[in-house]
Amino acid sequence: MNQETLPSHLDQSPEVRARFERIRNREVILEVRGLGKRYRTPQGDTEALKGIDFSVRRREFVCVIGPSGCGKSTLIRILAGLDQHTDGEALLDGKPIKGPGQDRGMVFQGYSLFPWLTVKKNVMFGPQMNGRGRDEAEHDAMMWLDLVGLEKFADAYPHQLSGGMRQRVAIARALVNQPRILLMDEPFGALDAQTRARMQTHLIDIWKNIDITVLFITHDLDEAIYLADRILVLKAHPGEVQEVIEVPVPRPRTPGQFNSPEFRATKARLEELIHPAAEHAPEDEEDDKVKPHLIRLTDINDNVE
Amino acid sequence: MNTIANWFANSMSVDARSRTLLAIGSFLIPLLVWSLVSYVPFVWHPKVYVTDPGDVDYLQAGMLVDKPMFAEEVANMEQSQLAPPVGHPSNPIYLPAPDEVAKAFYNGFANPPTNTDVPSMPASLWHSIQIIFWGFLISSLIGVPLGILSGTYNLVGRLNEPFIEFFRYLPAPAFGALAVAILGIYDGPKIAIIVIGTLFQQVLIIANTTRKLEATIIEAARTLGTRNLKLLTKVVVPGILPDLYRDQRILLGWAWTYLIVAELIGTSSGITWFITQQARYQHFDNVYAAIMTIGIIGFGTDLVLAWLGRRLFPWDRTQDRS
Repeated sequence: MNQETLPSHLDQSPEVRARFERIRNREVILEVRGLGKRYRTPQGDTEALKGIDFSVRRREFVCVIGPSGCGKSTLIRILAGLDQHTDGEALLDGKPIKGPGQDRGMVFQGYSLFPWLTVKKNVMFGPQMNGRGRDEAEHDAMMWLDLVGLEKFADAYPHQLSGGMRQRVAIARALVNQPRILLMDEPFGALDAQTRARMQTHLIDIWKNIDITVLFITHDLDEAIYLADRILVLKAHPGEVQEVIEVPVPRPRTPGQFNSPEFRATKARLEELIHPAAEHAPEDEEDDKVKPHLIRLTDINDNVE
Repeated sequence: MNTIANWFANSMSVDARSRTLLAIGSFLIPLLVWSLVSYVPFVWHPKVYVTDPGDVDYLQAGMLVDKPMFAEEVANMEQSQLAPPVGHPSNPIYLPAPDEVAKAFYNGFANPPTNTDVPSMPASLWHSIQIIFWGFLISSLIGVPLGILSGTYNLVGRLNEPFIEFFRYLPAPAFGALAVAILGIYDGPKIAIIVIGTLFQQVLIIANTTRKLEATIIEAARTLGTRNLKLLTKVVVPGILPDLYRDQRILLGWAWTYLIVAELIGTSSGITWFITQQARYQHFDNVYAAIMTIGIIGFGTDLVLAWLGRRLFPWDRTQDRS
């Protein structure tokens, strides 16, 4: 790949520029100001997150990306209300986030479905917890299952479904509560490449058709570029916002765009940020300390190459 | 190396038919050994059953004497030109043959004694089952909620688990005399021993099971708007239920092992009294029959509960393995 021929990731076509202009005119759903998280450890305080500032506007798709240990999971857990921040503030519709609530839906990486409930009852769980009647909950659940294409599996148990189907149920379960924002913590990380690609397309379809804002965590650069309007790039130790990239790849997105100049330019920029040539992340250093000591265990003439 | 690997692979993937066959075999092998020792005269048989005492004045028909002593008497009599004693090799009285035990087993249930002073096997057994039932029920009523609370809320766990860890090392039978002083000599202290023997293990085991519940499941429930008590009743309890059920099965077996000690406390009762009475009269066939009945009831209950578990928790595939 010839770096010279690539445009800058900052170059936007007029359509893309107009789209970002439209997004900027929408109201802010999520606002994060000076957010920080300190852990007290025996070795002293560590700063998982420090001075995070960003905002997400209505129906915007924002991806968070960064090297391991940059605190991207901590960030989304704070926004979900599962962890507490130590500095700054996080506001949803102008109200500070205190604990979990049905205004934020969350999809986890692991299979977080309730194994003792059928698919339909998993989706009904949220509405019922929030005081809705059984019939109403069931009606809504079936509607959302239909939307993710799993109405035929309503009475199956999660263990009978494939990984991709389980994550579809998890998405339906989060959306049935009609949250203002959908928080997704590497939701497709455990899926195989093909299922993952299908789920990405499926997620974009859902996002296009309903009024939902998405904050999506991933470590996969292609996934971030393919899905996002903007990408929040974090760096590790302490976890800080390194850069916010407006993705210049036009919508509607198709897998064919993976080779477009805009896509490659954005990816080149992300790689520059996340894997700087000179520095190593501490995890990599740890890995470098492990030196394999290989001895020949096969016949000397029995070569594979 | 290869054969060992194969052997492991096979042992993990035996089909249902061979599994049944192996299960039957596991019972047949001990039975075969027992039959061998009982019915093959040259295997063991350290005694001689005297059928005719001959001229030995202290022997009687029906006596069991040691083999060397019998041989000595035969030699003595032959030397003095008197009639030697006659007998056949026999096992000690405490090892009855399988058919004798089977007969005792059948008679125990089919022809219970009419004499009311002697306990019948079914009546003794029924009394024992009641003791187990009440002991396990009382233990579970305290132990299950306390275990779940300890496992869910760190504060509750920290507050009671160190003491329970200490208490579970105190042998339950040691509280026998105390239990009698407090609860009298009848069923009270027996139930108490079963409770003491089961409860403390129960709290710790169930607390541990509760802690093993996937954290993501609780977090998912919280993000869906579940709070406080509902988190406990709608998420934690259903989430651990299959494992809790399995724990209870194991603990019930535990309760059975405390039964004999419990029944010796105060006035001896139940199957233990039956066993000690029968042993006193040297009816060892009845003793074996009674011991085996305990095994059959315990094992049978567990099989039924395992089957029930598969029906109750269709989503839990680990139930299939136990």
